[in-house]
Amino acid sequence: MPYLPYTEQEKQRIFREIGVSSLDDLIQSIPSSLRHPQILMSHGLSEIEVQRQVLKLGSRNTATTDFLSFLGAGSYEHFIPSAVQEMVARQEFTTAYTPYQPEASQGTLQVIFEYQSLMAELTGLAASNASHYDGATSLAEAALVALRQTDRTKILVARSLHPHYCDVIRTYLAQSSYQVEEFGFLAHGGLDLESLQKKLTPDVAGVILQTPNFFGGVEDLNGVSDRVHANGSLLIVSGHPLSFALYRSPGEWGADIAAGEGQPLGMPLGFGGPYLGYFVASQSLLRRIPGRIAGLTEDADGKRAFCLTLQAREQHIRRERAGSNICSNQALCALAACVYMTFLGKQGMREVAELNVDRAHYLRERVAKIKGFKVDLERPIFNEFVIHCSRPVAEICKKMMAARIFPGVRLGDYYPEFKDCLLVCATETKTGEDLDRFLEVLSQC
Amino acid sequence: MEVKMNFPENLRYTKTHEWISLTGHKARVGVTEYAQKEISDVVFVELAKKGHPVEQGKAASVVESVKAAFDIYAPVSGTITDANGALEANPGLVNQDPYNDGWLFELEVSDPLSVDALMTSAQYAAFVQSGSAH
Amino acid sequence: MLISNDDRLSFEKSRLGRRSVTLPKGRLSEPLIASQVSRQSELAFPEMSELDTVRHFINLSRKNFSVDTHFYPLGSCTMKYNPKVNDWVARQEKFTSLHPLQPLETAQGMLRVLWELEDALKEITGMDRFTLQPAAGAHGELTGIMLVRAYHASRGDLSRKKVIVPDSSHGTNPATAALVGYRVVEVASDARGRVDLNNLKKVLDDQVACLMLTNPNTLGVFEEDIIEIARLVHKEGGLLYYDGANLNPLLGIARPGDMGFDIVHVNLHKTFSTPHGGGGPGAGPVGVKKHLIPFLPEPLVEKTKDHYAWVQHSEKSIGRMKSFHGNVGVLLRAYAYLKVIGKEGLMRVSEGAILNANYLREKLKDVFQLAVNEPCLHEFVLTLKKAAEKGIHAGDVGKRLLDFGFHAPTVHFPLVVAEALMIEPTETESRETLDLFVEAMKRIAFEIENEPDKVKNAPFTLPVRRPNDVLAARRPILTYRDLCRAKNTTEIAA
Repeated sequence: MPYLPYTEQEKQRIFREIGVSSLDDLIQSIPSSLRHPQILMSHGLSEIEVQRQVLKLGSRNTATTDFLSFLGAGSYEHFIPSAVQEMVARQEFTTAYTPYQPEASQGTLQVIFEYQSLMAELTGLAASNASHYDGATSLAEAALVALRQTDRTKILVARSLHPHYCDVIRTYLAQSSYQVEEFGFLAHGGLDLESLQKKLTPDVAGVILQTPNFFGGVEDLNGVSDRVHANGSLLIVSGHPLSFALYRSPGEWGADIAAGEGQPLGMPLGFGGPYLGYFVASQSLLRRIPGRIAGLTEDADGKRAFCLTLQAREQHIRRERAGSNICSNQALCALAACVYMTFLGKQGMREVAELNVDRAHYLRERVAKIKGFKVDLERPIFNEFVIHCSRPVAEICKKMMAARIFPGVRLGDYYPEFKDCLLVCATETKTGEDLDRFLEVLSQC
Repeated sequence: MEVKMNFPENLRYTKTHEWISLTGHKARVGVTEYAQKEISDVVFVELAKKGHPVEQGKAASVVESVKAAFDIYAPVSGTITDANGALEANPGLVNQDPYNDGWLFELEVSDPLSVDALMTSAQYAAFVQSGSAH
Repeated sequence: MLISNDDRLSFEKSRLGRRSVTLPKGRLSEPLIASQVSRQSELAFPEMSELDTVRHFINLSRKNFSVDTHFYPLGSCTMKYNPKVNDWVARQEKFTSLHPLQPLETAQGMLRVLWELEDALKEITGMDRFTLQPAAGAHGELTGIMLVRAYHASRGDLSRKKVIVPDSSHGTNPATAALVGYRVVEVASDARGRVDLNNLKKVLDDQVACLMLTNPNTLGVFEEDIIEIARLVHKEGGLLYYDGANLNPLLGIARPGDMGFDIVHVNLHKTFSTPHGGGGPGAGPVGVKKHLIPFLPEPLVEKTKDHYAWVQHSEKSIGRMKSFHGNVGVLLRAYAYLKVIGKEGLMRVSEGAILNANYLREKLKDVFQLAVNEPCLHEFVLTLKKAAEKGIHAGDVGKRLLDFGFHAPTVHFPLVVAEALMIEPTETESRETLDLFVEAMKRIAFEIENEPDKVKNAPFTLPVRRPNDVLAARRPILTYRDLCRAKNTTEIAA
């Protein structure tokens, strides 16, 4: 029997030793009417058979290693150094439990502490937690923090925030009397700050926006935090974490909370998960940060030691308002991010960011020259931009796919204003030849 | 269970383990020795907000231990006038000296008679002993 | 020495100009980063050579206990062996290199895996449909309670404000309920940790939205009256929610769906062998009976003939609980596990779990005191009340076990038992390991009587001993910057 240690004889011997004749003696407490249900499931397979089956199923997938992929929209193809993959595969990390016994988990705890330090540095804010499930849930948590901190009832969300993040925030807040309201974007996808200003009413607890936004555009947030703070609200900024190595970080923009998707920091596409929700806040919000946090302290012998801390909020039940949150983190993903950021280091982070900007710019400049397609060359971008097609995007995609290219995400699926538009992403994984191939096929569409 | 705990006679007590000391219309509030023991080492106090009106029985402050956070309720209705800033640097005062240096907040009491309706030291001691205190 | 003494952070090992990774040097264009949006401060990240970085992390990994190195009898955590073929499946490029938004025709193999996994979970639990979106048990629980609320709201039944949990239940339940706007009412359990029917009848009324139960309970005891409990709850119009943390001993033996549960969440990182990862990622799929299907999160996988697709299945859906599709890498591992153990394997797993737990219970019942004096299912609880009289607590025993090379069991939980030690060996442990554990426990019992300081001040053989968590909470140092600041004011030593 796979994974079970005993032979039939050994098993019977143990039954006898504990004075029992069979399993039935030990499950008397389970009503007989419930016992031994009919379960329709396949029979067990050997490892070699399972591997064969999985490979066969895999052959029905076309991966981004089969086609040339320009898909982004919240899930990014980035280079993961081999050393990172080796570290993350260490069983002492993967098969460990949550570090509730700190003496037995200094490895996990120090990694979390270093992850927190790196995220604080990257986002320019004071204190990070050990991560949430993904960018969407991290933002939902940020919204709840803003609501509790300000004691207000409304959250303003930019329409240029990733649609899934918006959906999840709505789901979380739908259970309460809190409200979510959107403010719009201008024709090119950048924030409509007038629309935001109009909606900054005294009941607004927090404003959530994303830069680079869902359309790839980097926002100029000069003056925004002042306006938001003047209204007594919190500013919550989300964004592709690698972009903060080159572009202004949330902390530098005056944000109170940086929350978003950490997948680009060493996690594969993986069809959507497991990912990593980063959550970093200003010093004044320290005691409100949800989730797990590792802290540095000393042990009984005066040595440096790490332990989980600021846990009280998890067990705090306030009767009048929405309670505290219980959230496990994604420790192994935080490990991947920590290892990734450490291996890249100061110079590597900057260089990867530069490569992303470089590839995306090269592509955008040349798409602008192809008849039948329009791009906005003015907007600062990180690794994504929008292509407006003069013909139905379905046709374009069909032709690109026939040439073994994933051309990008169809924006019309999410925003009616962007019908027949593609959101195209070019990361450091694309070579000049890859980009030229995209241009070649596109020009034939 | 025989527990020798101190419940000063000049104070009044609530079932949620706050003490209150009244002078005219002004009162000072903290948690009892029983409470600080139950809470164990205090690591942080979310101080009551000056100027805030409070209702009897509603949370005015929060005391955190390593394991949990505890609402501290206003024993009577009124308006918060002060909170113990010394607890920011030294939250452990709540454990060391719950009735003096470890006080939590002060308030302007709406109805001083409402304080008389609270438990006396003897009544509170009996309440704690009875085991229905949790 | 084998375990490194070096407790420096990567930041402290950093040297100016050093680097690990090589990246392409060429640039294809000359983009300008406008100064009004460029990053202003330097990125103060560590700078180390690749070897130094590798040593840093490998040495950190060696400071961990893990299932692959130590016996980990944590109650209600099901720390069973994490099969390596699961990892093999999860790292196949045909799955790791799939983009969540790529055209569905190009991901049919992936969608079929999700469909088959859902099928298997339905069969195992006796439920009608599953959402695979929730990223953890707690997330699944939140989803489940949102489903409860949506269900009652759809029937115009807005007066239900209470959720009932047994006092022996896990602490996360009340927090989840509160987040969704419910008030938690505890129902007192009997001496065996089971729901007391009389107490239950006292709190059950038409204001109750649901009763949350884990079965068997946290003492490893099955709720024998579960069918009656379900009947009582349903009679009042409430729903019955199953916390799947303790599903392991029921595999192939009994199903929560058959017991009358309306909603179920399972923990793939417990029952279904996916690794704990030091605290995630896990997955907490939620299963429901027919009447709750319309409320499940969007989207669901649908199969038509041989084709699989995502479908926005219902207007009444509570919406999205997470971006994209859930923790697919974890789902793949659970899929592989079920493929290997198969239908016959289910009962062998539960049988093994129950056997090992009872073996350990028999061997320990005269060493310490059992909380419940009867056969258990997959876990049992010891009470160290007597040791407490000598000033030794359950937590101390847990720490001393680390010196013997065993991870501590769950300590001080469930709260209904004083000085509790909750022990769950799982089915993948051999009796030799269990015997060694028993020897260690006997030795500790001896030490409690004769050398109590050894237990009180343990552990002695690990990199650190009793980190000061009070200090950690009073003076939070959460980042390297905090540490630098603290050092300048000489608040801590080194």
